[in-house]
Amino acid sequence: MSLRGIIDVALRALERNASRSLLTMLGIIIGVAAVITTVAIGSGARVLVQQQIANLGSNLIIVLPGAVITSGVRSGTGAASSLTPHDGLAIAQLPGVAAVTPVVTEHAQVVGGGNNWNTLIQGVAPTYAYVRAWDMLAGTFFTQHDMDTLAKVCILGTTVVTNLFPDDPSPLGESVLIGNVPFTVIGVLQSKGQSSFGQDQDDIVLIPYTSAMNRLTGQTYVNALMISAVSGNAIDEVQNELTSLLEQRHRIVPPQPDDFSVRNLQDIANTATATAQIMQLLLAGVAAVSLVVGGIGIMNIMLVSVTERTREIGLRMAVGARSRAILEQFLVEAAVLSTGGGIIGVIVGAIVTVVATLLARWPMSVSAEAVIASVLFSALVGVFFGYYPALKASRLDPIEALRFE
Amino acid sequence: MSAVVEVHDLAKIYGSGPSRTIALDGVSASFESGDFVAVVGASGSGKSTFLHVIGLLDRPTSGKYLLEQHDVQTMTSDELADLRSKKLGFVFQSYNLLPRTDALENVELPLAYSGVPQRQREKAARSALSMVGVEALARHLPNQLSGGQQQRIAIARALVNNPSLILADEPTGALDTKSSHEIMELLSELNREHKITILLVTHERDIAAYARRILTFRDGRIESDVSNTPETGAVTVDA
Ligand SMILES: Nc1ncnc2c1ncn2[C@@H]1O[C@H](COP(=O)(O)OP(=O)(O)O)[C@@H](O)[C@H]1O
Ligand SMILES: [Mg+2]
Repeated sequence: MSLRGIIDVALRALERNASRSLLTMLGIIIGVAAVITTVAIGSGARVLVQQQIANLGSNLIIVLPGAVITSGVRSGTGAASSLTPHDGLAIAQLPGVAAVTPVVTEHAQVVGGGNNWNTLIQGVAPTYAYVRAWDMLAGTFFTQHDMDTLAKVCILGTTVVTNLFPDDPSPLGESVLIGNVPFTVIGVLQSKGQSSFGQDQDDIVLIPYTSAMNRLTGQTYVNALMISAVSGNAIDEVQNELTSLLEQRHRIVPPQPDDFSVRNLQDIANTATATAQIMQLLLAGVAAVSLVVGGIGIMNIMLVSVTERTREIGLRMAVGARSRAILEQFLVEAAVLSTGGGIIGVIVGAIVTVVATLLARWPMSVSAEAVIASVLFSALVGVFFGYYPALKASRLDPIEALRFE
Repeated sequence: MSAVVEVHDLAKIYGSGPSRTIALDGVSASFESGDFVAVVGASGSGKSTFLHVIGLLDRPTSGKYLLEQHDVQTMTSDELADLRSKKLGFVFQSYNLLPRTDALENVELPLAYSGVPQRQREKAARSALSMVGVEALARHLPNQLSGGQQQRIAIARALVNNPSLILADEPTGALDTKSSHEIMELLSELNREHKITILLVTHERDIAAYARRILTFRDGRIESDVSNTPETGAVTVDA
C-alpha cells in the first residue's frame, strides 16, 4: 500500500475512536504546548532584559565608591568618598571610552509652580545624555560653560513636571527651588518609564555636578561614575583598564582591597538571562517528561488497539498484507496520533502565548524553531513508542488472529 | 485441465511430547481448475488445518504442496502473502468484514495489498459486488446488514482479485437455514457460471451436497473422496 493509503487507513482508524484518540493525544498536546509557551516566555524574558539594559544606557559601566566584599555588598567605612570628578576625567582619556559622567546624588525637596515635590537630584555632566541614551523632550541639556560657571540650571524628568507644573508640559524658563537655591528649568527629559527594579526613572532632576557639589551638598567626591564604552565588545577591556587606572590613582597595592567597585550592566543582564535560562531548562525538563508520558500513553493505547483489532490484523494478513505492511500501518497510526497531538499542542501553546502576552504585557514570540522541533519530536515519540505495539501486531499468527474472540 | 492444487503426503503435527497432536497424517489430493470440493468430517478431524495449509496461512510439517505448479514450501512469508493476495480468496464463518468500513471498501481490501491503483480497485470491487448480487449495498456498513448479506460481501471480497481458488471454512456456520442455502446457491452458481474453483469446509452433509466432489476426513486422513451430483435448488432442507 502507498504511504498515502496507509495514512488514510490510519486516519480512519483514529477517527472511529475519536474521543479516545484525543485523550491519547492529551499528553503530547500538554507537553508540546508547554514547550512552545516556555520557549516564548524565555525568549521574551531575554528580549525584555536586553531592552531594559539598553534603556539604562549604551554599553554602560558604573564605578561606585567602596569595595565589593562578597555578593555585591559594599564595604562602608570611609570608603564612600573615594571617587572624585578627576577620576572621571582620567578615565575619559582611556581608549575604548566614549564618554564619562560623574553622578552626584541627593534627595531634596523641589518647589516650583506653587507645588513642592520630593525627588532625586542628580548632579551630572553634559555627557550624561549620551551615557544614559536619554533624549530631551523639550529644551536643551546644559553645557560645559554651565559646568564651569556653576550655573543654576536644571532639567526635569516628566514625573517632576507633572507634579510641579500640571498644566505646562514644558515649563522652560520657570524657576524652581532646589534645597532653597533657585534654578532655572532649561529642559525636560523624555519619559523612560519604570526601571526593571520598579523605580520611576522619570522622577528625577538633573543639574550640573559642579553646581550640585558647590551649591547643594558641599561634597568633594562623587557618588558614582558612569562610563560608556565605545562598543559592547570594548566593555571588558575598559573595565580592566579603568580598574588599574583607579588603583594607580588611589595608590592601592594588591593585596590591598580596592576602594571602589566596577559594575557592568551586561554582567547583570547575563546573570538575569542565565537565571531565566535555568528556569526555562527546568520547564523544558517538565515538558520533556510530559512528552515521554504522552508517548507511553500512546504505546498503551496502541497495545489496546492491537488487541482489539486482532481479527482485523488476521484478516488483512489473510488477504495478502505482508507483516511489514501491518507494522507500517500501526506505526503510522501512532505517528499520526503523536504528530496530531504535536500540532494541536503548537496551536494551544500559541494561544496561551498570545493570551499571556496580552495579560503580562511581556514581549513573547512563538519561535519557528520551537514549532518545527516540537512537531518533529512528537512524531519521533510516536514512532518510538508505537514501534513495540506495531511489531507485536505484525508478528501475529494469522490463524490465531482470525480465531481471536 | 491443469491442477490448481497438488498435495502429496501432507502432515501437520502440533506440539511435542504428551501434547503432540497429529492434525494431518499423510494427505494427498489434487484439485483441478473449476472444481467445487467440500471437505467434511467430524470435529477435530483436520479439516480446518487442511484448509489453512492449502490457503498458505500455515505451513505443513512435511509433505509437498504445489499451487499452480509453484512449490510453496521454499517460499518466504512475504512471498506467501503476495500469493494469497493474488491467487487466493477466503470466506470465513464469521464474515470478518472490517467494522465501520463500507461494503465497497471491504471488498477493495485485497487489491490494496496487491498494488492495484485506487480507480481500478473500485471498479473491480463494484463488479465483484454485482456478481454476488449486492451492488446496491456498496455504501452500507456491515452493522446495517443481515448475516446473509454480510457473507455475500465477504464472498465478493474473496472474488475481487480473480483468484485461482476460493477457500471457505464453514461459510454457513453462522447463518440460518434459509440464508445458508442462498449462500450455497451463490457459491454453486459462481462455480458453474464463472468456473471458479472452490474448496469448502463444512460439517453439514446438506451443505456439502452442493459440491461436485466430497472429501471426508477422519483423524487427519482422507477417508473417502467421491464425486457428487449437485442437486442445486432441489435440496431438501432437513434441519
Ligand atoms: N494451533 C494448534 N495447536 C495445537 N493443536 C491444534 C492447533 N490447531 C488444531 N489443532 C488440533 O489439530 C486437530 C485438527 O484440528 P482442526 O483442523 O481444527 O479440525 P476440524 O477443523 O476438522 O475440526 C485437532 O485435534 C486440534 O485440536
Ligand atoms: Mg474447523
